[in-house]
Amino acid sequence: MSSGILVFIEHKSGALNKTSLEAIAAAQKLGGETGQSIMAVVLGSGNQSLAQDIAGYDLAKVLYIDHLKLADYTPDAYATAMEQVVRAADPQYVVMSHTYLVRDFGPKLAARFGKGMISDCIRMNVEAGKVTFTRRIFLGKLDADVTSDAEAPLFVTFQSGAFRPDQATKGGGAPVEPMQVEVGEVRMKPEAPFQEVKQAVDLSKADVIVAVGRGIKNKDNIALAEKLAEVLGGDLAASRPICDAEWLPIDRQIGSSGQTVAPKLYIALGISGAIQHLVGMKNSKTIVAINKDPEAPIFDIADYGIVGDLFEALPVLTEEIKKLKS
Amino acid sequence: MKILVLMKQVANKDAILRINKDSTWIEEADLSFEVSESDGYALEEALRIKEKVGGEVVVCSMGAQRAKSVIKDALARGADRAIHVVGDNVGHLSPFAAASVLADAIREERADLIMTGLQSDDYGYGQTGVILAEILGLPHATIVIEIDATGDELRVKRELESGWYQWYTMPLPALLTIQSGISQIRYATLKGIMAAKKKEIKEVAPNAEIVNRPSHQRIEKVYLPQKSKQTQFLGGGDAKKGAVELAEKLRTEARVI
Repeated sequence: MSSGILVFIEHKSGALNKTSLEAIAAAQKLGGETGQSIMAVVLGSGNQSLAQDIAGYDLAKVLYIDHLKLADYTPDAYATAMEQVVRAADPQYVVMSHTYLVRDFGPKLAARFGKGMISDCIRMNVEAGKVTFTRRIFLGKLDADVTSDAEAPLFVTFQSGAFRPDQATKGGGAPVEPMQVEVGEVRMKPEAPFQEVKQAVDLSKADVIVAVGRGIKNKDNIALAEKLAEVLGGDLAASRPICDAEWLPIDRQIGSSGQTVAPKLYIALGISGAIQHLVGMKNSKTIVAINKDPEAPIFDIADYGIVGDLFEALPVLTEEIKKLKS
Repeated sequence: MKILVLMKQVANKDAILRINKDSTWIEEADLSFEVSESDGYALEEALRIKEKVGGEVVVCSMGAQRAKSVIKDALARGADRAIHVVGDNVGHLSPFAAASVLADAIREERADLIMTGLQSDDYGYGQTGVILAEILGLPHATIVIEIDATGDELRVKRELESGWYQWYTMPLPALLTIQSGISQIRYATLKGIMAAKKKEIKEVAPNAEIVNRPSHQRIEKVYLPQKSKQTQFLGGGDAKKGAVELAEKLRTEARVI
């Protein structure tokens, strides 16, 4: 009978993706509450030392799969290798982080077991052995509790930030077991990853960030937000639609495809708070949201909220802060 | 090149969502619907490729009769014909079941390229496209932001995390899932709307055996998100008053000024 939890470890040329530690934390919680052991799997080529590092966490073992065709990520090679690992390890759950890479090969892997993934979960709850996963639906406007009574293995992915990397507990040293896999034809040929522009702006060290979203309506209105940022001695940032429209350069973008920040003060102006944006800023100390929609998901994580017209609030706020500062 | 675009109809982005009385989904009566955002970009990319290299753009949507509005809009923008997989509940299928039904419906089209959005704006599984590629035996790429289809092989630019990108090359036929916001979506012209009336919409029944299979994941309960923070709402509907209060709170409580 299938048992145990297999957690997928992601890396870029041996550099660990920190969300994999969140996946370990999720697997440890699931394993602890359902009484199952946890294995981790590292795919790569010449990445033995990463497998050794992972073995430092509280795990039953680490499976290390070394293959030349796993040196660069492709969905064909990863799905094929993982399929063999999952069949051999026969776990009840396969736990992964909902990263861009997992979104690319995970569904392909799950399909080989006749199912999809329970994807992008933000929580899980175990009660009397029954596991309930919670996903966000409708772009974060609603939550859905999801269960599955399908045959093992179940494939589950967790949203970045659902667990903290420092929740992954260390152990006494797990054995690293090499495993052989066959990888056939790989149809996708990857070129080297690159960055479009050198990040000219590093927002990760900013103390104050004033960010604008769709609600700012047009490019000229950004000056209003800039004025507020100036008064606060902060930096200007934006959600994705603003950078897509080229109203601000891409190195000002906050979120999963942009920068991750945690300033002392984050002011979100006309940003509804799509998940992709929230993951990039939710660890900010104090979050302020001004939005006309009282249901906007940004208010779920805001300390202070103003529901109303941004263009009424903004000039007043700038003036008031100027007064307080002088 | 024959390009097939999968488009899903979802609740309008600005619609106020009410939870149904069983708390299993939203109340769909009186709701306005639109195409899932990233699917709109998939259609735009398909039309641009057709303009460059010639061929045909076929739109496929799966859903109740109301999904016809998505199909008609796509035809008005320039798609050549459409396939509608009609069923009242097919919009609620798990990603594996949805991909299986779609595979049956489009297999005989033998498209060179299949495109869809990276995830739907309702369930947000982000999997149907990739699973469809696997079922049809096609290579795929996800979160694509640029496509070069002028050569014998397909070359696509994928978005990675934290501002990184990567080009991939793969043989045709292939399947791509498209990121939102990568182009300016065209509007339907009056001429396009008129021309759309003569375009073929083929209705297809979903494979009942797949639709009736038990789902491998089931929604037990839908509810408003639990707040991770207790938000202090300021101004009581008066934005200017809220701004004055906010400045004061930022100084005295949050101590960031």
